[in-house]
Amino acid sequence: MSVKFDETLTVECETGNYHTFCPISCVSWLYQKIEDSFFLVVGTKTCGYFLQNALGVMIFAEPRYAMAELEEGDISAQLNDYEGLKRLCIRIRKDRDPSVIIWIGTCTTEIIKMDLEGMAPKLEWEIGIPILVARANGLDYAFTQGEDTVLAAMAHRCPETELPLRERKETIQNVFSFPSREKDGLDEYANHPSLVLFGSLPSNVASQLNLELRHQSIKVSGWLPTQRYTDLPSLGDGVYVCGVNPFLSRTATTLIRREKCELIGAPFPIGPDGTRAWIEKICSVFGVETQGLEEREQQIWESLKDYLDLVRGKSVFFMGDNLLEVSLARFLIKCGMIVHEIGIPYMDKRYQAAELALLRDTCIRMCVPIPRIVEKPDNSNQIRRLRELQPDLAITGMAHANPLEARGISTKWSVEFTFAQIHGFANARDVLELVTRPLRRQRNLEDLGRTTLVRKNTQV
Amino acid sequence: MKLAYWMYAGPAHIGTLRVASSFKNVHAIMHAPLGDDYFNVMRSMLERERDFTAATASIVDRHVLARGSQERVVDNILRKDQEERPDLIILTPTCTSSILQEDLQNFVDRASIISDSNVIFADVDHYQVNEIQAADRTLEQVVRYYLDRSRRQETLDRFVTDVPSVNLIGIFTLGFHNQHDCRELRRLLRDLDIEINQLIPEGGSVEDLKNLPKAWFNFIPYREVGLMTAMYLNKEYGMPYISTTPMGAVDIAECIRQIHKNMDTLGSSLSNKRADYEPYIDAQTRFVSQAAWFSRSIDCQNLTGKETVVFGDATHAASITKILSREMGIRVSCAGTFCKHDAEWFKEQIQGFCDEILITDNHAEVGDMIARVEPSAIFGTQMERHIGKRLDIPCGVISAPVHIQNFPLGYRPFLGYEGTNQIADLVYNSFALGMEEHLLDIFGGHDTKEIMTKFLSTNIGLIWNPESRLELGKIPRFVREKVEKNTEKFARQKGIQTITVEVMYAAKEVFGT
Repeated sequence: MSVKFDETLTVECETGNYHTFCPISCVSWLYQKIEDSFFLVVGTKTCGYFLQNALGVMIFAEPRYAMAELEEGDISAQLNDYEGLKRLCIRIRKDRDPSVIIWIGTCTTEIIKMDLEGMAPKLEWEIGIPILVARANGLDYAFTQGEDTVLAAMAHRCPETELPLRERKETIQNVFSFPSREKDGLDEYANHPSLVLFGSLPSNVASQLNLELRHQSIKVSGWLPTQRYTDLPSLGDGVYVCGVNPFLSRTATTLIRREKCELIGAPFPIGPDGTRAWIEKICSVFGVETQGLEEREQQIWESLKDYLDLVRGKSVFFMGDNLLEVSLARFLIKCGMIVHEIGIPYMDKRYQAAELALLRDTCIRMCVPIPRIVEKPDNSNQIRRLRELQPDLAITGMAHANPLEARGISTKWSVEFTFAQIHGFANARDVLELVTRPLRRQRNLEDLGRTTLVRKNTQV
Repeated sequence: MKLAYWMYAGPAHIGTLRVASSFKNVHAIMHAPLGDDYFNVMRSMLERERDFTAATASIVDRHVLARGSQERVVDNILRKDQEERPDLIILTPTCTSSILQEDLQNFVDRASIISDSNVIFADVDHYQVNEIQAADRTLEQVVRYYLDRSRRQETLDRFVTDVPSVNLIGIFTLGFHNQHDCRELRRLLRDLDIEINQLIPEGGSVEDLKNLPKAWFNFIPYREVGLMTAMYLNKEYGMPYISTTPMGAVDIAECIRQIHKNMDTLGSSLSNKRADYEPYIDAQTRFVSQAAWFSRSIDCQNLTGKETVVFGDATHAASITKILSREMGIRVSCAGTFCKHDAEWFKEQIQGFCDEILITDNHAEVGDMIARVEPSAIFGTQMERHIGKRLDIPCGVISAPVHIQNFPLGYRPFLGYEGTNQIADLVYNSFALGMEEHLLDIFGGHDTKEIMTKFLSTNIGLIWNPESRLELGKIPRFVREKVEKNTEKFARQKGIQTITVEVMYAAKEVFGT
């Protein structure tokens, strides 16, 4: 992949002393997405306490996840790990009867070198339930990358396509060689190879994206993950895959290398500009001409007018914690905002290449300098930069939000972007709803003149 | 290995961080992987802190795993020293990084030579102690460190203050209603003409710790945190301490009397000025606090013999159990605590105030117990509140672990005389809500129209004559349906076709309603 933006777009790297959620937090949305799954987090009290506090009310709703809490005997290898996990998994099978158990490896299992990958197949055979292993630990990953590790593990369990699709494609083309779009368009799909999208989205957002592609006669054969583990899509040689989230680089690599799929490298469908670019890229790969996409994007931008008036010219600073930052920054620049800094935990320049290119193009088109991208940021340095820049909005984790607000800097909790519906044309408004909320609140309280609420000597 | 998805007390480092970040100008550094610094989120969100939490992580990543932290921890300590100029830096591992068994004490020793701040290593075993115990230990460790240092430097002032004074130990961040309790205790001590020498750790300065021995005695409002410090100060400096929690009118009185006794011993030189607290206790109990009157009022009479379940930390669960049973005449069917390490004390405290004692940190066991007892109300933690929701039993939250709702902006102490009022409200409202729910249930919701028309089209073959229908209408709504059913049952058994007032009363004699 030739990446040419190096002269204009640079990625700095800091110390990595930043705040983010532990990647095991992915169980909170994945157990809800995959209805017949059970997530078993193998870790310590620290992990358990994090989940308990981060997941808040969900914990009381009898979630389909639990901790396999390691005790001193487990750490010092006095107890047999295999027997311990077997006992717990048998109980889970009895109580919940899931179609799959997903073991989440943590920092502790890494440090004590617990061989989860080795034990899983044995136990799977013994108890008769598929067991996946995802090492979503804080030694290697940040927050949303947890989902990446789970999906990468899940990709191995997707059934294989019956016959190599490349051959089948040719056969099909030989038999039905009529032009792709006939009739009234909607019911007919273009003749293209199988397309599987990867990334966990709420089912209604997934159907919205399916529908957008259907408007272009593109058929989505399946999603990774699916609503049920038992319905995983077929993968294999000749299947095209495309990611919907920027943090799925490991899954993408697995799909290319292990499953022999073709990756469509596109910007991510966040914001109307991103959604259009995403659809266009998919269509271009399949040689399908897009229909009415420009008008559709234009319509969406017009419907956002009230919000755009609010954000235009305002500046924003991403402290970085969930890897959505580049896509969001690109969208906000297109909305007329000025982005000072894009902090990001990890930057996969290959997987995000198309997104980075779109960011650069957007900056050029909007006549703004390309913001600095800071990988592995350092929160104390960032707070110093925030103090100098005094942006209109800081997108940050909850550890810093209240202290910054007290110092007169409006903030938006970054975690909300992970849980809100932000993909596709229809949800562009939701992104701006989130971004403008602090600005609107500020406007409502403007006249009270109490923007800094800390004593003088502790101000930023 | 055990299956768990809820814990009552957090991991040890949380306790250390709570103590560290409660002190003024103390910075905590965690030796931890990415994501283990969620303590900052909890503090910023639950306490709605305006300031940045003085806790950062020295990140353990793949490289550290391969090569050890090497200079990293020392560098991070020195960097914080330069940036924030704290008085003290506390280094702590988390559960995870403690397994690495790096010699953190060595890092601390090296860093403390170079840095201007004092640096200590929080000496807690992550697999032996929980959040509460770790907080207790860390507080003692900090106090010991500064007192030992002053002793070496001979800057320790051991003369007690002229006027009676006290150290208030154990109020700190993320504690259940601690801020409000603190204000209430200040008021109580002011009323008793006792000065607060020092309040630690909340808002305390470590540089002032050397003045701790100047107080006449130490006061430990909560059993969980502060007792170790008090025992240390007692052993090394001969300071007496009081650890009776002033929660509920009876225990407040007891606590004040103990204070009195302590002051008598120490203040014998000023014996002519000796205060008499009895009139104060009497006036507060009878007139300032509404709780004593409330227990006599007919409101509280209706609560007599109602069954409840209490669960929480040792301090709150024991105190609430005693209040319910001793001061309100409510029956506590089961009282329990998750402070397993303090089980003996807990059992001794509530002996005779409840039918059954449960010591566990397994929420499922608590849930089973509640389902078995079927109390009219629960007093517990957020977990019990949710168990209550599932079982349709009202719950008052009386102890951590807590929720943002348990950090109210309004004044809600649990301790002291105002605390008795708050507890009375909490208890009464929990039951009143339960009663309301119960009545709504009987009437089938707020819209009771249907019930009014229901008995106009009664069972075939049975006729209510006008008089009996009128009589039925006079019966209070919540038992009317039952009376109606029983009367009809009686009539059918006896082969009576027309229900008269006489039949109704005959039925009542048989069925008791």
